[in-house]
Amino acid sequence: MMTCSRYRSGDRVRVRDDYPIGHIRTPVYIRGCEGQVVRYLGHFGNPETLAFCLPTEPRELYKVQFRQVDVWPNYEGSLMDTVELDLYDHWLEGDHSQ
Amino acid sequence: MNHNDHDHDHDHDHDHDHDHDHQGDDKVHAYYQILGQALKELLIEKGVVSASEIRTAMERRDTITPANGAKVVARAWVDGDYRARLLHDANSAVAEFGIEMPTTHLVALENTPAVHNVVVCTLCSCYPRDLLGLPPAWYKSKAYRSRVVHSPRAVLHEFGTDLPETIEVRVHDSTADMRYLVIPMRPEGTDGWDEDALRTVITRDTMIGVSLVESAV
Repeated sequence: MMTCSRYRSGDRVRVRDDYPIGHIRTPVYIRGCEGQVVRYLGHFGNPETLAFCLPTEPRELYKVQFRQVDVWPNYEGSLMDTVELDLYDHWLEGDHSQ
Repeated sequence: MNHNDHDHDHDHDHDHDHDHDHQGDDKVHAYYQILGQALKELLIEKGVVSASEIRTAMERRDTITPANGAKVVARAWVDGDYRARLLHDANSAVAEFGIEMPTTHLVALENTPAVHNVVVCTLCSCYPRDLLGLPPAWYKSKAYRSRVVHSPRAVLHEFGTDLPETIEVRVHDSTADMRYLVIPMRPEGTDGWDEDALRTVITRDTMIGVSLVESAV
C-alpha cells in the first residue's frame, strides 16, 4: 500500500481559517492556528461527504500538536502545555518542503 | 485495510443516556430522542433488525468495563516488549487479550515524568469503548468537553489532580477516526506486584487521564 504522505512529523502547518456549512470534524477553536505534525495516521474516508452518504475519497489524517498559548490568548497553565487534534489533510496548509 | 466503511462510533450525540447535565438543550435532546425512536421502530417494522438484536447489542455493550483497559495497562507495566508493541500498534496489542476493534483505530498514550496525557472529544463523545465500556456522564457533558481543552489544569484540579508546571499537560481531542487510551504511570510501592494485583489499582479515570494511579503504599 502507498504510504506516501503530504506532510512529515515535524512539519509546521496552519489549519484553514474557513467556516463551511456541513459535517465538519475540524473544531472551530483550532481553525487558523499554527501547529506541528506529530504523526501520520493513515487514510480515511472524508466525514464531510460520508455524513451525507455521498461517494468519498480517502483523505490523509494527521495528528497535529499545538502549543496551548498559541491557541488561547489568555491560556492559564504552563508554556509547555499542548493540545493535539486529528485533522484531515484538506484542512491543513503549510510549507511541506521542510 | 478498508477505511471506507464508516461505521466507527463517532457518536454524533445519538446515544445520550439522559444522565448528564442538559444545560438548556432539552428541546434538542428530546427532538433527537424522538427521531431515534422513530428510526428504530421503522427498522424493526421493515424487518431490517429485530428488537431482540438491538437489545442483545445493548446488553453486550454493557458487559464491557474498564477491566479490559486495566488488563492492557498492567501488562504494559510489567512487560517492556508489550509496552513497545502497544505504543507502536495498539490494535494488535489489545488483540492479544482477545479485544478485537475491527472498525476503531486505537492509539495508546504513555504518561511519563515529563508528559501527562488527557483525552476528550470536543465534538461528540468518542471514547475507547472496547477498553473502557460506556463513557461516564461527565465525559459527555458540555462542561468537560469545552473546558478541558481550554483550561486543562483547572479541570484536572477539580478531579483532585495537581501537576507541577514542569510537566507538560497534553490534551488529545479525538476529532476523527482514532480512539485514545492513556497508559498511566505505575505508582511507587508496587515493585514485585503481579499483573492481577496491579489491575486492581488501575481505574477508568486514570486511563482517560483525569487522575493518577494512587501510590499503593
